[in-house]
Amino acid sequence: MTHDTAFPFLTVLVLLPAVAAVVVAAVPARLGASVQRRVVEAVGLGATLATLALAITITVRYQAGNGGFRLISDHMWAPQLGISWYLGVDGISLFLILMAALLFPLVLLAGDLRDNRSAVAWLLLLEAGCLGSFVALDLVLFFLFFEVTLVPVYFLMTGWGSGRRNYSAVKFFLYTFLGSAFLLVGIVAVAFVHEHQTGTLTFDLVALESTRLGTASQILLFLAFTAAFAVKAPVFPFHTWSPDAYADAPTSGSVVLAAVMAKMGTYGIIRFDLSLFPRAVVDLAPLLLSLGVAGILYGGIVACATRDLKRLVAYSSLSHLGFVVLGTFALTTQGLTGGVVQMVNHGLIIAVLFIVIGWIYERRGTWNASALRGLQRPAPILAGIFTLAMMAAVGLPGLNGFVGEFLVLIGTFVSHRWWAVVATAGVVLAALYLLWAYQQVFRHEPDPETAAVKDLSWREVAVVAPLVLVIIFLGVYPKPVLDRITPSVQRLVQQVDRATGTQAPAVSTGTTSAAGR
Amino acid sequence: MTALSALAAMLATTSHLALPRIAYLSILPVLILLGGAAAMLGASALSPRRLPTSASTTMAVLTALAALGASLAQWVDVRDHGPHVAVAGAVVQDGFSALVAVLVSAAMALSALVSDSWLRREEVGGPELQVLMLVSSAGAVVMAEANDLIVVFLGLEILSIALYVLAAFNAKREQSGEAGLKYFVLGAFSSAIFVYGIALVYGATGTTNLAQITDYLSRNVLLHEGVLLAGVALLLVGFAFKIAAVPFHLWTPDVYQGAPTPVTGFMAAVAKVGGFAALLRVFISSFGLLRTDWQPAVWVMAAVTLLLGALVALVQRDIKRMLAYSSINHAGFVLLGVQAATSRGVEAALYYLFTYSFMVIGAFAVISVVGGPDDAGHDLERYRGLARRAPWLALTLAVLLLAQAGIPFTTGFLAKLEVISAAVGAGSTALAVIAMVSAAVAAFFYLRVVLLMYSAGPGEQAMDGAVAHEENVAVGAGSGGVATAVTLAVPATSAVAISLCVGVTVLFGLWPAPLTGFAQLAHLLIP
Repeated sequence: MTHDTAFPFLTVLVLLPAVAAVVVAAVPARLGASVQRRVVEAVGLGATLATLALAITITVRYQAGNGGFRLISDHMWAPQLGISWYLGVDGISLFLILMAALLFPLVLLAGDLRDNRSAVAWLLLLEAGCLGSFVALDLVLFFLFFEVTLVPVYFLMTGWGSGRRNYSAVKFFLYTFLGSAFLLVGIVAVAFVHEHQTGTLTFDLVALESTRLGTASQILLFLAFTAAFAVKAPVFPFHTWSPDAYADAPTSGSVVLAAVMAKMGTYGIIRFDLSLFPRAVVDLAPLLLSLGVAGILYGGIVACATRDLKRLVAYSSLSHLGFVVLGTFALTTQGLTGGVVQMVNHGLIIAVLFIVIGWIYERRGTWNASALRGLQRPAPILAGIFTLAMMAAVGLPGLNGFVGEFLVLIGTFVSHRWWAVVATAGVVLAALYLLWAYQQVFRHEPDPETAAVKDLSWREVAVVAPLVLVIIFLGVYPKPVLDRITPSVQRLVQQVDRATGTQAPAVSTGTTSAAGR
Repeated sequence: MTALSALAAMLATTSHLALPRIAYLSILPVLILLGGAAAMLGASALSPRRLPTSASTTMAVLTALAALGASLAQWVDVRDHGPHVAVAGAVVQDGFSALVAVLVSAAMALSALVSDSWLRREEVGGPELQVLMLVSSAGAVVMAEANDLIVVFLGLEILSIALYVLAAFNAKREQSGEAGLKYFVLGAFSSAIFVYGIALVYGATGTTNLAQITDYLSRNVLLHEGVLLAGVALLLVGFAFKIAAVPFHLWTPDVYQGAPTPVTGFMAAVAKVGGFAALLRVFISSFGLLRTDWQPAVWVMAAVTLLLGALVALVQRDIKRMLAYSSINHAGFVLLGVQAATSRGVEAALYYLFTYSFMVIGAFAVISVVGGPDDAGHDLERYRGLARRAPWLALTLAVLLLAQAGIPFTTGFLAKLEVISAAVGAGSTALAVIAMVSAAVAAFFYLRVVLLMYSAGPGEQAMDGAVAHEENVAVGAGSGGVATAVTLAVPATSAVAISLCVGVTVLFGLWPAPLTGFAQLAHLLIP
């Protein structure tokens, strides 16, 4: 909790893309179409890359050790309403920020929207909203960022989506908006209980943590908060918007939805539910664990029966997010660390999958796995990258997906054995549907149309190369990441334990840099 | 001769009357608004030809701005000298009344600008429309600063009678006349109920002065309070008609649809503000001690208003009817502040009205431009592809509608947060949940318009996925006014008004401190 720097890193991190969005939107049309396109592309890429550079700087400056919030920016924003511009980063949000900042420039480069003025403006605004929700420590500020992301996604989907995009966009918007309705009332209610107890109206997370809430009100508030987060993530059974939205959004939208915005839901659970309502979290953990496991199995089973590649990845995403929920509500250091790692890993993997699938569509005009036989022959590099991402998703040791899932399963096994046992089936299912999809798309003799497909250009390889490298790096050497995540997670788990008077099983509090290392 | 003697007799009596000392600042905004209206009528009568629209608009805007200045002067006066009553206790000067006067004057100035474009387009010369608006605004200000039920009624009638005429103003259009008549009949009916309520309250307490009612109720315990409660109930019904709360909302869609569009915007802003201002003062100041009696009624009314407004708006095909129901939904949100019956509730309700007025005037200004001559094209289908034909109009309408839906970083969100806070603070959490759920429902129909504006227009190259909207967006395919693919010209005065509305909505959404701080000083004299 120290103001350890004069430079407002996080404020700039959030405002940079927002300002760039306004700049892009203001590029005048009278420059001529081609000049306008070039200016838009340059500003868009420049801003996202600068944001990435900033995120890397933040990560480098963030030393492992103390798990508290760093790089605090705290200014009053609406003093009469008790809302402050209160930003901070800890081990839990650090890598989510880095992941989001890494994905946005790549998403711009990967698609054909990078020189479209409105699309770039919406994407930049979306980046500001996503980064803002990961660093906001004021509940209303978080809510503002959390909600504002709906607008750019809505316009990206209706403007550049495919299929029944308008239907999907409205469905997505309304589902999440409805969930958020409960969150807003919940936030206000917590603040008022706090005001009643202390006399100051504030939405500051750290201050609100000390609010004394009875078990019944904790459970109600927990449900209100979790309604919004569970829809956003999505957690089974609040997922019904997500296959439609993921499938009908443009590639950039799908990547951001699945890789970044889904994490806003699970992040919200970890950041707000655990620290504000520990009693309810412990009491309702079996319910949420069951939902997590149900999501893992349901997502896996439906994915097995799905032939549309984008929907398949959407359901696999539901399955993988189930692991995050599982790890979170295991309430052990390893489980929670695994959950956080899994959020980052899943983001990276699913980004590669959606980007590669987008390229397949550009080449063949379909997402139907049965129509895409033998893609490996004409496009070996594409096939290779897809295979690697797929293996990472399956959880092959040596790639990043393994680290998170393994930690989650260990952490859950320690505290909630049977859920972990059932969840393990999800790993098997993942192997099943992904290998099936792989066989259908890449194996066999290509038909003439597929045989004419061009392999990835060097530019396209350059777009996914950073993601592939990170996927391998995190699989081989996750220690720097775990070392930064674990102290913050430990702090949180101890906080929950203290508040509820439970003691997590000895194994889990034993080692610091967790799990099999 | 008789006239002279009568005059002499009158003068003789007048000299014996104890005239109250009149603090003119306290009624200055009203005087300015009425004086401006009189001046415009005079100028119109004296000028050899019809007064040109530019002249009447200039006069109306200047009058409204002068009233705005006077209201700010009142506000400074209240800040420096504290709230007080004036004109023999008939009016009250507090932060609340000054803020409402500021709001009404600002809304008046914007409406004058919007109506200018309408008058030019419809080729209706003369200052009458804007004169009536000025008079109506004066009524709203009177309602806000009234400290006596009779004065409240006076303001209500000044406000309403001008509005009846305004609603029927478009003589060429049958619907407009029907709207006027409908509004008049129901309005007169509600006024009668209101007067009866005043009579019953007078019967129970022996006074119509709000401060004295408070005083009486705090000193006396009524053993048989049936008469008083009946009076309070009738007053509530009278107000509910004016603010269009369910089940007294039935006039709203027809009147909003039939009235000339700038008038609709004016009505949605100023009439609601006037009604709510008096409702807040009467119920929270005077009947504050009876809150346990009226709060449940308002709770139910708010819940029904919120839900019905949002749900019925879903099935509307006409954008003005849709926004009429949306305004009913918004009235429900403001009722949250009333129901809370706390000073925070008053602030929240006022902040909501303040921000909503700008959103709704701006939205109806856009609709007036898109609707075209004779207010012919208000079918939702006309908005298909608006973004191609008029990108600026589409963008502004999108911002104003999303703000009404409560999207973050607009004043619409902060307004919802304020009333939700007030409701939760007063223990009405369930009502807050209902309100937010209704907001989610409402988001659907705002989005539908935005979606239509940003999808392919009629006759344009259908994009892939365009097939999908026919079935998903429940709008009949172009049966009504199908817009031609010509670009829309935006009249300068409307453009200024729309820009101001969008500017206020976005600026104070990003930088809330000034406006929330301002609203926070809106204390009632008797909290």
